[in-house]
Amino acid sequence: MTEQLQEHFDATISRDQRIEPRDWMPDGYRKTLIRQIAQHAHSEIIGMQPEGEWITRAPSLRRKAILFAKVQDEAGHGLYLYSAAETLGADRADLTNRLIEGRQKYSSIFNYPTMSFADVGVIGWFVDGAAICNQVPLCRSSYGPYARAMVRICKEESFHQRQGFELLMTMMRGTEAQREMVQDAVNRWWWPSLMMFGPPDDSSPNSAQSMAWKIKRHSNDELRQRFVDMTVPQADKLGVTLPDPELRWNAERGHHDFGTPDWDELMRVIKGDGPCNDQRMERRRSAHEEGAWVREAATAHAAKQAARAEKGAVA
Amino acid sequence: MSDDHVYMTLAEGHEDDTRWAYGTGFEDPLHGVDTTVPEGIDAGELAALCVALADDALVSAQRLAEWITRAPELEEEVALANIGLDLLGQARLLYSRAGQVDGTGRDEDAYAYVRDAGDFHNVRLAELPNGDFAFAIVRLLVLSSWRLAHFEQLASHPDPVLAAIATKGVKELAYHRQYAAEWAVRLGDGTQESHRRMRRAQEQVAPYLGELFTACDVRDEVVTVLRQVTEAAGLPMPVYRPLPGSGRDGEHTEHLAPLLAELQGVARAHPEATW
Repeated sequence: MTEQLQEHFDATISRDQRIEPRDWMPDGYRKTLIRQIAQHAHSEIIGMQPEGEWITRAPSLRRKAILFAKVQDEAGHGLYLYSAAETLGADRADLTNRLIEGRQKYSSIFNYPTMSFADVGVIGWFVDGAAICNQVPLCRSSYGPYARAMVRICKEESFHQRQGFELLMTMMRGTEAQREMVQDAVNRWWWPSLMMFGPPDDSSPNSAQSMAWKIKRHSNDELRQRFVDMTVPQADKLGVTLPDPELRWNAERGHHDFGTPDWDELMRVIKGDGPCNDQRMERRRSAHEEGAWVREAATAHAAKQAARAEKGAVA
Repeated sequence: MSDDHVYMTLAEGHEDDTRWAYGTGFEDPLHGVDTTVPEGIDAGELAALCVALADDALVSAQRLAEWITRAPELEEEVALANIGLDLLGQARLLYSRAGQVDGTGRDEDAYAYVRDAGDFHNVRLAELPNGDFAFAIVRLLVLSSWRLAHFEQLASHPDPVLAAIATKGVKELAYHRQYAAEWAVRLGDGTQESHRRMRRAQEQVAPYLGELFTACDVRDEVVTVLRQVTEAAGLPMPVYRPLPGSGRDGEHTEHLAPLLAELQGVARAHPEATW
């Protein structure tokens, strides 16, 4: 029986068709997806923090509205993604606990601090840009609900990225101090952004299976190269320098050569030793704990309502 | 469309920035509205009214922004941000109108970033620090009920611009009030703990109620709404003694200046900058 189901599943994958929630799927496929979607959801929620810090300080009302809306979109993305994970049998409260207890990860990029308002623009340009490179292929991921969530998320991310880039263009046309803020932010975010694509292919343990299942469509190194190739001309247009002395066009390869990110740093940040890991987790944990009485009250009220309705129906 | 289409086109097409910077689907509420001040309207009074209503909205939006990443549930993150964004939008339109009317030609940022606390005219309830979620709900219920009643009147104001802003705001505020009322009922009825917190929040908010009703004549309407909601929530109507003074006259609590310091800090540190 299982053999037949497995054959059917394999055939669906090889025809590039979608797996839907009620279809049979191997346990490994389900677990891998839950882990990946949950980490993605956690990243959206934790990712609200570095930029969210600047909503109250945004230097114009227009920038305040743009940033406020962006951070709100991230909460919305977290919600769709937790819902997509729930179609696989996961439970949002359980996933939240796993995050808070440190049993599931989120993107290491959000463990770096935001030092000036230029960081808001650079996060839009690099971090949303890298997210788009990673996520656009996921719109063709084999799992239907995840792929469909990604379509909407990618549209919003690309909007955020344009807003980030436009902020930087405006700042580069402004004062010398503003141009310095932009360059400083570029210097700080460039390498962590390259790390967003994950470890190099030869040391990425889960990638091969995910590629075979068509959960993932491109390797970490392919995506990283694509990001570098696309970002270089944009940096020129903006008038900033990317902080990599080895960065140059290689006509033979038809790609840019670039330096090696500090993989030890990535490992340290993933293990919890980044500049802001404790702060990010503490904020999420305290929001969750301080909200417990609210969630309990909502549940208690719903139960009372149901009991009153039942009593009313009997009477 | 190739996988990287979106990213590739990033650096192109910047001549048309303004089209998307406000967000997709943004309808201009002032489209086709004549912005000249009609005869017989006191421009000074109209400008002062716009600034006061904008200050209420900006200060409230700032407090709501402080909730972001601290809300009890993700749905509440989204909802509180939504309400904050609506109010920020109202503030921007009202400041712009004030600048047209008072003859100074100031833009929205000149009002938001350059004035000190004594020049702000928001009611003091808006500036009080956030407190817990019960306080957020009680404050929002009061302020949204009051502002909704006020905006319903202003929808027929002789200034067509203020009337258009109010008409747009009525739809938004009706949602804010609905959201607050639903939570007030859940929390009042929910558990002993939530009920206790709601009672405490009511006591904290009550002294600031009187000030609202000197600003405009909607007391009966607002009290009727509050009475309905508190009754459904199993809460008493608090008896209060109004605090003397009024934010409308520039008299504030000690909490407004730090709020403004945070709001204005970056902008004031770079007076020559463009954002």
